Amino acid sequence: MFRNQYDTDVTTWSPAGRLFQVEYAMEAVKQGSAAIGLRSKTHVVLGCVNKANSELSSHQKKIFKVDDHIGVAISGLTADGRVLSRYMRNECINYSFTYESPLPVGRLVVQLADKAQVCTQRSWKRPYGVGLLVAGLDESGAHLYYNCPSGNYFEYQAFAIGSRSQAAKTYLERRFENFVDSPRDDLVKDALMAIRETLQGEALKSSICTVAVVGVGEPFHILDQGTVQQMIDAFEIAGEQEVPATDPDAAAGQEAASEQGAAADEGVAPMDI
Amino acid sequence: MTKQQANWSPYDNNGGSCVAIAGADYCVIAADTRMSTGYNILTRDYSKICKLADKCVMASSGFQADVKALQKHLAARHLIYQHQHNKQMSCPAMAQLLSNTLYYKRFFPYYSFNVLGGLDNEGKGCVFTYDAVGSFEKVGYSSQGSGSTLIMPFLDNQLKSPSPLLLPAQDAVTPLAEAEAVDLVKTVFASASERDIYTGDKLEIIVINADGIRRDYMDLRKD
Repeated sequence: MFRNQYDTDVTTWSPAGRLFQVEYAMEAVKQGSAAIGLRSKTHVVLGCVNKANSELSSHQKKIFKVDDHIGVAISGLTADGRVLSRYMRNECINYSFTYESPLPVGRLVVQLADKAQVCTQRSWKRPYGVGLLVAGLDESGAHLYYNCPSGNYFEYQAFAIGSRSQAAKTYLERRFENFVDSPRDDLVKDALMAIRETLQGEALKSSICTVAVVGVGEPFHILDQGTVQQMIDAFEIAGEQEVPATDPDAAAGQEAASEQGAAADEGVAPMDI
Repeated sequence: MTKQQANWSPYDNNGGSCVAIAGADYCVIAADTRMSTGYNILTRDYSKICKLADKCVMASSGFQADVKALQKHLAARHLIYQHQHNKQMSCPAMAQLLSNTLYYKRFFPYYSFNVLGGLDNEGKGCVFTYDAVGSFEKVGYSSQGSGSTLIMPFLDNQLKSPSPLLLPAQDAVTPLAEAEAVDLVKTVFASASERDIYTGDKLEIIVINADGIRRDYMDLRKD
């Protein structure tokens, strides 16, 4: 995608029937650091890569607890993510207050999607520049949703977003059929492996990743660094990858671009390398 | 032309009594479980006590519908606090929040007479007592509700509260041991049940200490 005369306003259609500002917002998601999610019948695991800007700073929080039964991992403009998390928390609290029962995940993501859609149809607003992986448990089971800046949302067995997420997606695609009946610890291990895929050779340590779990009988919580490091060591997945990572990068770039429905112009941004 | 009087009241009094006693490293909160209206009993098994935070418990007598609404409101506010601060609210913080919440409805009050009990940040017992519109005070012990006029003088006698006019300010936290305080509470309710018609059936006792929160029951007169 390159600059053109139809991309100034979110309320301007292009002749090809595209809203470029919305697509640019989705690009922002691809620039953020990776976040992955996967689920079984009873548990959902979220993971993300935490890269601090410099050695002096702390890393940004990218996984938020929304309620005991819902959590969210974000990728993109973290400030937008924070604001949306606050909205989600509020919705959960209000629903609980009125109905004395937890807000079903499916309802929450629809509300979130509608909120995002509003920003694609107002000239004085801009789309949220953040993609959300919403993990939650309700009466109908464990769920993982992906909410787009476009206002679309999809349910997934497993998904990855953000920079270098294609590598994780390929890993997940190979394994996802087994996830449904996976025990909790295996799910966490798969999440860590998926995160490792996005690191492209860098050693996986608990200091650069965050993992959170929600499941039956287990309220949403972020695993503490000690536990995560133990799991990394136990599964012996730290250190350089012995097998060459994943598909060739060019193919990966094309795949990702075509997913968004955009022509793969010069738009293979640095993210999917 | 005499002034028109309301022929309907939004309030009702469901009766009952609450007590809280603060100790050096524990806090006892107790309330009976009888819910009444007029001269009738609605149920013998209704809890007036609500856990607001890890180390903070509230007992409220008065109009239980308002009490329930107040408890839900505080629980929601506590959730927000936890999201923002990543920790539980301390008892003194909850005490201030309760006061502000009550005063917010100064001109259509929660008909709720509360005692808040728990451990402060240092693990010492603390009790806060309120009126219906949020006036509150940190005390060593307190009682509210229909039996409070019978209970309070007895607690004053047993727990020897120093005068609040004395300087330097003296801590009213009782030197009694936890078991003795629980015993005192049981005695006090047994006495109140004798003469207060709205107090009786069962006594629910909550004890908060460093190990956590414990709940006990004791039967009271059912007449």
